[in-house]
Amino acid sequence: MSTLEKTETKPKQKTSTASQLTGSQAVLEALIHEGVDTVFGYPGGAIMPIYDALYDYNDRLRHILVRHEQGGIHAAQGYARTSGRVGVAFATSGPGATNLVTGLADAMIDSNPIVCVTGQVFASLLGTDAFQEVDVINITTPVTKWNYQVTDASEIPSVLAKAFHIASTGRPGPVLIDITKNAQLQLFDYPGYATCDHIRSYRPKPIVRKEYIEQAAELINAAKKPFVLFGQGIIIGKAEEEFKNFIEKGGFPAAATVMGLSALETAHPQHVGMLGMHGNYAPNVMTNECDVLIAIGMRFDDRVTGRLDKYAKQAKVIHLDIDPAEIDKNVKTTVPVWGDCKETLPQLTDLIQTNDHREWLNQFRELEAEEIKEVIHPELNPTSEVLTMGEVVRLLNEHTNGDAVIVTDVGQHQMVACRYAKFNKSKSSVTSGGLGTMGFGLPAAIGAWYGAPERDVIAIIGDGGIQMTIQELGTIMQFGAKVKILILNNEFLGMVRQWQQLFHDKRYSFVNITSPDFVAVAKGYYIEGNKVSEREQLKEALKTMLDHDGAYLLEVMVGKENNVFPMVAQGTSVSEIRLK
Amino acid sequence: MEKQEYTITLYTENSIGMIGRISGIFSRRKINIESLNTSPSEVDGIHRFTILIHESEEVVRKLCRQIEKQVEVLKAYYNTDEELIWQEQALYKVPTEIIAEKAPVERLLREYGASAVVIRNDYTVFETAGHREEIDKLTAELTKYRLIEFVRGARIAIIKDSAGFHAKLKQFEREEPSEETIENEFLDQADKVFTM
Repeated sequence: MSTLEKTETKPKQKTSTASQLTGSQAVLEALIHEGVDTVFGYPGGAIMPIYDALYDYNDRLRHILVRHEQGGIHAAQGYARTSGRVGVAFATSGPGATNLVTGLADAMIDSNPIVCVTGQVFASLLGTDAFQEVDVINITTPVTKWNYQVTDASEIPSVLAKAFHIASTGRPGPVLIDITKNAQLQLFDYPGYATCDHIRSYRPKPIVRKEYIEQAAELINAAKKPFVLFGQGIIIGKAEEEFKNFIEKGGFPAAATVMGLSALETAHPQHVGMLGMHGNYAPNVMTNECDVLIAIGMRFDDRVTGRLDKYAKQAKVIHLDIDPAEIDKNVKTTVPVWGDCKETLPQLTDLIQTNDHREWLNQFRELEAEEIKEVIHPELNPTSEVLTMGEVVRLLNEHTNGDAVIVTDVGQHQMVACRYAKFNKSKSSVTSGGLGTMGFGLPAAIGAWYGAPERDVIAIIGDGGIQMTIQELGTIMQFGAKVKILILNNEFLGMVRQWQQLFHDKRYSFVNITSPDFVAVAKGYYIEGNKVSEREQLKEALKTMLDHDGAYLLEVMVGKENNVFPMVAQGTSVSEIRLK
Repeated sequence: MEKQEYTITLYTENSIGMIGRISGIFSRRKINIESLNTSPSEVDGIHRFTILIHESEEVVRKLCRQIEKQVEVLKAYYNTDEELIWQEQALYKVPTEIIAEKAPVERLLREYGASAVVIRNDYTVFETAGHREEIDKLTAELTKYRLIEFVRGARIAIIKDSAGFHAKLKQFEREEPSEETIENEFLDQADKVFTM
């Protein structure tokens, strides 16, 4: 393939020396030029030309054959989250494409950079209810940052360049490119690939307004009780250092959203825990005590704010976000600092005074002590006979020292893992935050491993969620991702059961879920495994899992009716957080 | 906050699926679009949407931010009626005999500035343009005289203190021309695409 000069050339001039490519080859060339090394996908009728071309690109592109397209896109998400690069998924038309929808919605709400390529029926068949035809563009419009249907191969290089640019810049998100089969097959004069760095109707970053930075600094400098909330924006913006400098200079207590976990190491003296419904006691209570609330790269999700009309009403709010639509969306902002936090944080840091706010930070620690006594200590060091999820995570921490990537599914185990797992470095927590997608964990962990194969990747999953995408054990079997699967089995759909207990008079309606012999299932996939239900065996079992060179499944039987606390019940204020 | 009429004006790329992407932003929030018009704008190649909704300012502002976030939307503005010159158009089909026989009808049409578009033996089609209330009033009046058919167009509006989009577009186009338009063998040949 001829190499191409970078974009400066006038696009109107077509070079006469251009070689001919098929649309399918152009797709793969685009991926290679964008630095993609791994694709998660599943073939089918309408995407066969691309898979045919892939046969010749096997040396340059690794394709992981998943067992279901939902697994493919969740894997791409996991890959994006641990690598910081764009995750790519292939699927065929019709059911292949509709199976992507959950993952697209998940990636949309959690701002994951994803490019999906779907096959589509021949352009001449569009709208005829052809075999495996579905209106993918319309189905995916609300769950994509951008989508586009290609019917002519000559569009492919520029459309894919646009797709990668849109997916990865500004507030990232999923992009879906639907390519009709005729376009995949079509031979065309390949003009070369030029990456896209500008689309006139798309401004990924708002321009930083100096006056807002100054106003924010003024508020912060006058604050007696400033409090920082940080979200995934820090990680997406690769601004972990800038963030740390900011909070260290200002001496602010800082709390993470679920999505913001690992942006700041858990052990940092100013890290005061996690926000939200099952977050820590101090940060929730102090939200309604602080005088200046500094929200960075987070979006005031209802699970974070609880009852909005009683949320931080006493505080002046400074909101740093790259997405102007987030400003004032849920919480009224006093000073909006639009822009990429990689740019805005250092500017703000320059203008703030050095401070340590020791008194104020101590107030957090006092509340924390209460939570440790009431909740954390009994959860992590139970005296009961049954195992708790918390003690499993505590022992895991002892083994990993906070260096592992923790992937979770959704439910009680997710909240426990988010609360208690230790993180030393960024991009270590992968979870479905906004959409709360059960079944996310296993495929996301596979992708997370390909995104960071040098790291230990541990998927903590409940007995419910694992059964939603358990087929991806087949992907592990075939391609060898060294994922450690830790099933916390309480024989219930635990979080729903907890709500039924607390808010529905213990009327347990279809939360009792039975499980197969997970170790036997894993064995069927040639994956080693073990099951423990005794405290004495737990530590050793975890060590065996982690030491095993390859994928491993460990099922731990935990208390059936344990609840996750603290809890900000729905419709209540963050200051009404319950410890039990 | 008080709900009132707001007119949202969008400048967008002219790409397939834009209406769906934009209308979804409203329907997702269970907000009814009172009227929607798409047309070319003062700038070649840029499309203009005019959307009428009845909502509070806060909601309209948030909607505009969500709309502007769409990749192919260049700019979203919202205005109250006072900030706009706006019109809606209407067509009326009335039996010709009624107009010939009944003097009030002719007076009515004059009063509302309606003009005949087609006159046939059996019916006459009138058109008028103006504000909603005028059109509604004329409709109500004509209903008394065997109005056969009635249709009202979407609102179109000019923003009083807008200098147009030419200058704004220049800011958006760092590179000129922005992008090569792709020749697509199917683009102008719908018959080739749809073979039902």
